[in-house]
Amino acid sequence: MKPEPGATPILEMRGISKTFSGLRVLKEVDLTVFAGEVHALMGENGAGKSTLMKVLSGAHQADAGGEIRIDGRRLASYGPGAAKEHGVAVIYQELSLCPNLSVAENIYLGRELRGRSWTVDRKAMEAGCVDVLNRLGADFKPQTKVSTLSIAERQLVEIARAIHAKARILVMDEPTTPLSSRETDRLFALIRQLRQEGLAIVYISHRMAEIYELSDRVSVLRDGKHVGMLAREELSAEALVKMMVGRDLSGFYKKEHAPYDPGNVVMRVRDMADGGRVRGCSFDLHAGEVLGIAGLVGAGRTELARLIFGADPRISGTLEVAGKAVTALRGPVDAIRAGVVYLTEDRKAQGLFLDMSVRDNINVCACVPDASYGGVLDRRRGAQRASAAIKSLAIRVASPNINVGALSGGNQQKVLLARLLEIKPHVLILDEPTRGVDIGAKSEIYRIINELAQAGIGVVVISSELPEIVGTSDRVLVMREGELVAELGGHSGREISQENIIELATGAQQIEPQAA
Amino acid sequence: MELSSQSSQRTSSTTAVAVGKREQMRNLLRTVGMLPVLLLLVLGFALMSENFFTVQNLSIITQQASVNIVLAAGMTFVILTAGIDLSVGAILAASAVVAMLASLSPQFGMLGIAAGIGFGLLLGLTNGVLIAFMRLPPFIVTLGALTAMRGLARLLADDKTVFNPELPFAFIGNDAVLGVPWLVIIALLVVALSWFILRRTVIGVQIYAVGGNQEAARLSGIKVWKVLLFVYAVSGLLAGLGAVMTASRLSAANGLQLGQSYELDAIAAVILGGTSFTGGVGSIAGTLIGALIIAVLTNGLVLLGVSDIWQYIIKGIVIIGAVALDRYRQSGART
Repeated sequence: MKPEPGATPILEMRGISKTFSGLRVLKEVDLTVFAGEVHALMGENGAGKSTLMKVLSGAHQADAGGEIRIDGRRLASYGPGAAKEHGVAVIYQELSLCPNLSVAENIYLGRELRGRSWTVDRKAMEAGCVDVLNRLGADFKPQTKVSTLSIAERQLVEIARAIHAKARILVMDEPTTPLSSRETDRLFALIRQLRQEGLAIVYISHRMAEIYELSDRVSVLRDGKHVGMLAREELSAEALVKMMVGRDLSGFYKKEHAPYDPGNVVMRVRDMADGGRVRGCSFDLHAGEVLGIAGLVGAGRTELARLIFGADPRISGTLEVAGKAVTALRGPVDAIRAGVVYLTEDRKAQGLFLDMSVRDNINVCACVPDASYGGVLDRRRGAQRASAAIKSLAIRVASPNINVGALSGGNQQKVLLARLLEIKPHVLILDEPTRGVDIGAKSEIYRIINELAQAGIGVVVISSELPEIVGTSDRVLVMREGELVAELGGHSGREISQENIIELATGAQQIEPQAA
Repeated sequence: MELSSQSSQRTSSTTAVAVGKREQMRNLLRTVGMLPVLLLLVLGFALMSENFFTVQNLSIITQQASVNIVLAAGMTFVILTAGIDLSVGAILAASAVVAMLASLSPQFGMLGIAAGIGFGLLLGLTNGVLIAFMRLPPFIVTLGALTAMRGLARLLADDKTVFNPELPFAFIGNDAVLGVPWLVIIALLVVALSWFILRRTVIGVQIYAVGGNQEAARLSGIKVWKVLLFVYAVSGLLAGLGAVMTASRLSAANGLQLGQSYELDAIAAVILGGTSFTGGVGSIAGTLIGALIIAVLTNGLVLLGVSDIWQYIIKGIVIIGAVALDRYRQSGART
């Protein structure tokens, strides 16, 4: 349904800005939504979509200067109460239902109907939501406990709650992520029905197909700015990606370093095994080489990396770094001393100190050799290291004193990388280096990997993203069920391609063990 | 893209100073967080009792606070690693007994100081070994130690009070340098040294790191066991120092009563000082303020003639109320 020209938009956000500890994450964003349209909101991670929606829901207060109009009327003050009053409802990815309560109790949550005195009138509540549940095509009863419902049904309860509270502007944040394709179809039918009934729907998604199928108009955010809007008939994948990324994707992956010298082995791994997930893995890594390790989830890639790094106990395996055998590999301390560092796949749980500053997070390892008098910090050297790393890795942070917890995923990843690089390692093992990182930071991480290889460091990249493995690696090892089953590239004579990797990782293609 | 990144870099460098300042300001606010409460208490008591704000009384308050400051400094190290040391009161009793016994030896009475501190260090190391190497929970280990070391103190003193009227280091508890009591000087030195260790040394950074995220610390090549051993050793050592201070004041030590529930005052001081129970966040300056709040409160209530029973009730309420206020204020500042 196309908005009629001259109609008053149901929602207008004008010049909305938002600043968090000195960093402006929204810059004068405008968004106009009409009743009876599905307005899609796109943008890479960290573009500001969820911040904008939190301003709309009243969870965040926008900076002074912006305004929010509903039905053309400017709202003087805006908060969670005003949002609710004017019919704005947000359905988040993590649903906000109480699983121990019934459907009716959840729908009436916070607006319980009273009986004669202070008792809850459960009967009236159950009767009161039959209508809305029927309208949405629910096949469960108001008395049903939410904990017995599927994810899709719970989503329906959330929507019912919003409609029941007279919502007119419905924001849905990636609602299809947990749904099966049949459930998705049902959700889309429901969204179309709601559009027909005159609701305005703001739909956030990464999936291009959904955008095509549902949306009347698409707004794109990039780096906190509203970079453009496309009407349904103007939609195309190229146009959207270009708006989201702001540049061409060609040259996204960098493999421009000089070819490695096959005679210069920087790390020799032999017969690594932990008695379970990793079974006798051996390989060589060359100086200046980017070696990809591919495999299905659960193939044992992370476990292998952690064995090499000494983070988990092993039953067999030897390690040689830069020509020297690491005789006592009892823990990460020994691996780091030998010049092997490991970037964890879970940076928040295993990598960062979220309550510590960016500077301390970068320096936490390097401060040990820097120190004088057996342990007094060299604070000037620390500050130098931090500001040099912030510059060379292009970490976006207003000051090195800011807590690392306040940074976006990509910048956090770069802080962690900076910490490892300050150790001046021979070997860098990167486990899912671009997980939860936006496209801009991704391409910068690829650039860094390329530069490190150029500088002669041996880099191991473990990744579940096949384009990333294919795009960055000089050579690829495929892991299956705890064993390294094949080598691609190098002198193997096999091409590094997504098809080859998938076939080998799943066992669809088998390679005869070579007589070494 | 090139252009925008350049311009954003420029703006970020101009705002960097301002933001750095603001961040420093916020850290300052966090550390002095309880300072207004302390000043308010001092002001209140000064208005209510004319005997409160006198040089003599302020000297008494700081002397009374000094042992708790020393214990709370050690407790700060421990709590920063997300641990707890419930045994400091018992370690203090046992070390005081040892210090007194050593002071009775005819020529080497001064060795009592070293004996007390050394014994505290030894007991702290025992806690540390159990926690760092056997991976036992700190609460359980130090709870057990609290009981066992109390028994040890009574055993060493033969369940009597050890007296030494000729105590060679009695000056620590009773004399002053340029009008400042030795007890206060020692407490301030401990605070200064603790600040230095926490803020200016590698082990300090590692303490915050282990408390903030132990697994990340391990993967960063930090020897977690070393850090844990260090903090419990420091806590024990400072309890030993506290023992020497207490014994020198009383010229006596008794395994049964000495240091009873001192650990609770020390923990209260640390928590009042804004150090997080979950580890990784906190400061020694805050602990100093927390310990002074407790001392001022105790002294002021005594001066006002409030009964012993009510003192306990009021102290408890103030501790909870002050922390609640702090949480409320900080959550307001965050958004």
